[in-house]
Amino acid sequence: MKYETVVGLEVHAQLLTQSKIFCGCSTKFGQAPNHNTCPICTGFPGVLPVLNKKVVEFAIRAGLATHCEIARWSRLARKNYFYPDLPKGYQISQYELPICTNGYIDIAVNMVVKRIRLTRIHMEEDAGKNIHDLRSDASLVDLNRAGVPLLEIVSEPDIRSAEEAGNYLRTLRAMLQYLEICDGNMEEGSFRCDANVSVRPEGTTALGTKVELKNLNSFKAVEKGIEFEIRRQIEALSDGGRLIQETRLWDPDREETRSMRTKEFAHDYRYFPDPDLLPVAIDEEWIDEIRASLPELPGARKVRLISQYDIPSYHAELLTNRKDVADYFESTLITHRNPTAIANWITGDLFRLLKDRKLDEKLYITDWPVQPDNLAAMVALIDQGKISGKLAKTVFEAMADSGSSPQEIIAEKGLEQVSDPESIEKAIDQVLIAHRKQVADYQAGNQKIFGFLVGQIMKATQGKVNPQKANEILKRKLTEGNKISATSGRKLD
Amino acid sequence: MNLAALTLHEAGEKLRKREFSAQDLTEAVFRRISETEEKLHSYITLSRDAALKEAKQADERLKSDTNPRSLLGIPIAVKDNFLTRGIRTTCASKFLENFIPPYDCTTVKKLRASGAIITGKTNLDEFAMGSSAENSAFFATRNPWDTDRVPGGSSGGSAAALAADQCIVALGTDTGGSIRQPAAFCGVVGLKPTYGRVSRYGIIAFASSMDQVGPMTKDVRDCALMLEAIAGYDPADSTSANRPVPQYSASLTGDVKDLRIGIPKEYFVSGIQPDVEQAVRTAIRQLERNGVAIKEISLPHTDYAVAVYYIVATAEASSNLARYDGMRYGHRAYAKDLTETYMLSRAEGFGPEVKRRIMLGTYALSAGYYDAYYLKAQRVRTLIKKDFDEAFKSCDAIIVPTAPTTAFKIGEKTQDPLRMYLSDIYTISANLTGLPAISLPCGFDSEGLPIGMQIIGKHFDESTILAIAYAYEQSTDWHKRKPNF
Repeated sequence: MKYETVVGLEVHAQLLTQSKIFCGCSTKFGQAPNHNTCPICTGFPGVLPVLNKKVVEFAIRAGLATHCEIARWSRLARKNYFYPDLPKGYQISQYELPICTNGYIDIAVNMVVKRIRLTRIHMEEDAGKNIHDLRSDASLVDLNRAGVPLLEIVSEPDIRSAEEAGNYLRTLRAMLQYLEICDGNMEEGSFRCDANVSVRPEGTTALGTKVELKNLNSFKAVEKGIEFEIRRQIEALSDGGRLIQETRLWDPDREETRSMRTKEFAHDYRYFPDPDLLPVAIDEEWIDEIRASLPELPGARKVRLISQYDIPSYHAELLTNRKDVADYFESTLITHRNPTAIANWITGDLFRLLKDRKLDEKLYITDWPVQPDNLAAMVALIDQGKISGKLAKTVFEAMADSGSSPQEIIAEKGLEQVSDPESIEKAIDQVLIAHRKQVADYQAGNQKIFGFLVGQIMKATQGKVNPQKANEILKRKLTEGNKISATSGRKLD
Repeated sequence: MNLAALTLHEAGEKLRKREFSAQDLTEAVFRRISETEEKLHSYITLSRDAALKEAKQADERLKSDTNPRSLLGIPIAVKDNFLTRGIRTTCASKFLENFIPPYDCTTVKKLRASGAIITGKTNLDEFAMGSSAENSAFFATRNPWDTDRVPGGSSGGSAAALAADQCIVALGTDTGGSIRQPAAFCGVVGLKPTYGRVSRYGIIAFASSMDQVGPMTKDVRDCALMLEAIAGYDPADSTSANRPVPQYSASLTGDVKDLRIGIPKEYFVSGIQPDVEQAVRTAIRQLERNGVAIKEISLPHTDYAVAVYYIVATAEASSNLARYDGMRYGHRAYAKDLTETYMLSRAEGFGPEVKRRIMLGTYALSAGYYDAYYLKAQRVRTLIKKDFDEAFKSCDAIIVPTAPTTAFKIGEKTQDPLRMYLSDIYTISANLTGLPAISLPCGFDSEGLPIGMQIIGKHFDESTILAIAYAYEQSTDWHKRKPNF
């Protein structure tokens, strides 16, 4: 029997607000443990939450960008459970009346647009962190993250493969980055994903038994985890077995999922409206104001890049997948307008380097050592014939290492291309003299020798001569054979 | 002159005239405490040293301040569920026996700014859950009118301290009658303001949708002055009302002519102690002589109030008390693993009534029961609100007894929670609806125990109920009687 995969994703996106959702504490990452805390976010007796207006604004931005209905009236609810990283013994979230419902995101699957529906987007607070491996005799709790605002973005089970799940996540992440409400950093946990995975016989419509997959800490983990889970489920069913509804954890080292808890042990969260907070009432005017302030989103930007800069669609796609990359591209063009070459450099060498150095998940490209105006200057130097494409690669590597400008690197390393005919002629003459035999062979008809001679010229000049000009001059000199031998001979004698 | 026996407005006037100093007044109050505390146990924690220091500062301000505020230099007793920076705050629970708060609640912050002097923290039922102050984890407080009897609860310590002149004014909280019922039992005035009138920030939460801070005082004028000092919008409490605070004391003119007062027939039925009913009816007649118009009204859903209250209040409490987990502050039991640490910390830290209510509330919110209990209770709560909306179309205030009986004996109801819960039967509706209500003395029963009358007003119309209470008080002298113990 053939099976169809059914996946729905729940994404938790940390919002880029200055302060936490219910108190004035900073949301800054990487502070000393429990530095960003106060009586409110540590759940002291008597404290009360006050909703951060920015969080509501960000939720509305996300909702509008994903074609959701924005609830004019929504409620915050308490989700009750005990855990040391949850100071109040409940998480303030939303339950029966979320702020956004019924949206969608379009993703590209094999060059075809596919619509993934969104069930809901709601606001909630993050929990702190339990640290178990720092001391042998105790677990420690860091509450810096407790109360940091999150959006939970829940998709319908419209995803049909691990690859689609990856596409959906990348598209959603790009969207949130464009909206400037989430940095999308999976490694630091500001963009997290749980997957509900099930399979069903092809052609049927009822949903199979679903497994909730957790600990998916990278795009790769999401894709591999879902792939593994699909395989496991199909194998179990094909063997005549049955699946149980459970939560499973992805183990990235062993590349497998294992059971965490089954349905019988599922929590009863006892949701109820939080009596400390009033309903969130949103008026039309505010929604209109936010709608008017929405930035250009990835799809629109891609279309614009293609028409404005005449670059191929696949380049535009790669460039607009991340807002920081597209911004990088466009700022480079301000200094030197060669869109095709610059798009090539970014999607080729720059992406490769980011990947090799494992910077692609960690850093904004705009923070990266090679600044846009340096890349622009380098491409300008190529276009002016001052360095060769080959030399440029060396310059590029050096820029990435040092952050210096290409001019500085060229000067420092003496890499400037030699283009004046006189110097080139001189260099060629020396090579020809040193290789009289080969010159004679060439003149006798062995055409292959030409390439060898070019190589020798490059070697002698450390690749600095303009190859086009060197070719021209070499060809001319070889056809004027005798003259060369004569002059050279004289010199040598 | 016994300075401790003065009211706020009397003492304030004399302080400003420099007839005595704030230090004299504070020392008089602490003298009174040391003479009587043995018999009453009103206070959990006394703050004598800090109080005397504050009194000294108040005296400086009295000298320099050209327009001193009414509370400047006034000793005030604070219920032990208000967070007081640097002063232990236990909520009468073993769980918080050694908890010293890192911040002041908004009300205490306001009081401190106005120069009031905190004498100490008064006893209550643990986490304000109870009607007799017997559920305190530490000791029971006794009623100054009869020390074999309870002072009422949960603000029993504040009520007893006030009746016994162990303070000039006091603060309480009221979730189901916790200010008004002890005020009635101890023969003092207690006001539960409109929900949202006074900030809840820094009050240890019991049931968030009903908890409200209010004054407990020796007479109605003091009550108005205190409310002026503590009411107002607080950006730290999303449920506090952003509307101006009237000058309540200005409404105390004695003129109540043509005000319409509703008497709900459902409140004068079986279960009410005859002398209580008689005293309240006599008081109503007195008000009629003062010029108010009396009319019978109906609040048809009254019978459901207690049931609704004990579902909503316990549901909210079960969640509010989840933070007492032994992880960050308060009691922690050392156990073999996390689950056992939670279970033992809470088993040891909470008393039986608190546990009973956490279990009730947890049940009411559980999957499969939520609709039948919590949701249905909230719907009935809306019906009760509509009853009052309807009633207030034809009257300006409603008068009922504060409690069905006078103070009962210590130990009399501790084994019977349901009977104990019924002592809140007349006060609960004001919490479910958020309406303001005041209790004031209206007589004594055959055993010489005080009886309280309750006046319920429209939302944010504290002025009217204070005006009616004041007019009545002016025609009687119940509030001037002092217990002899």
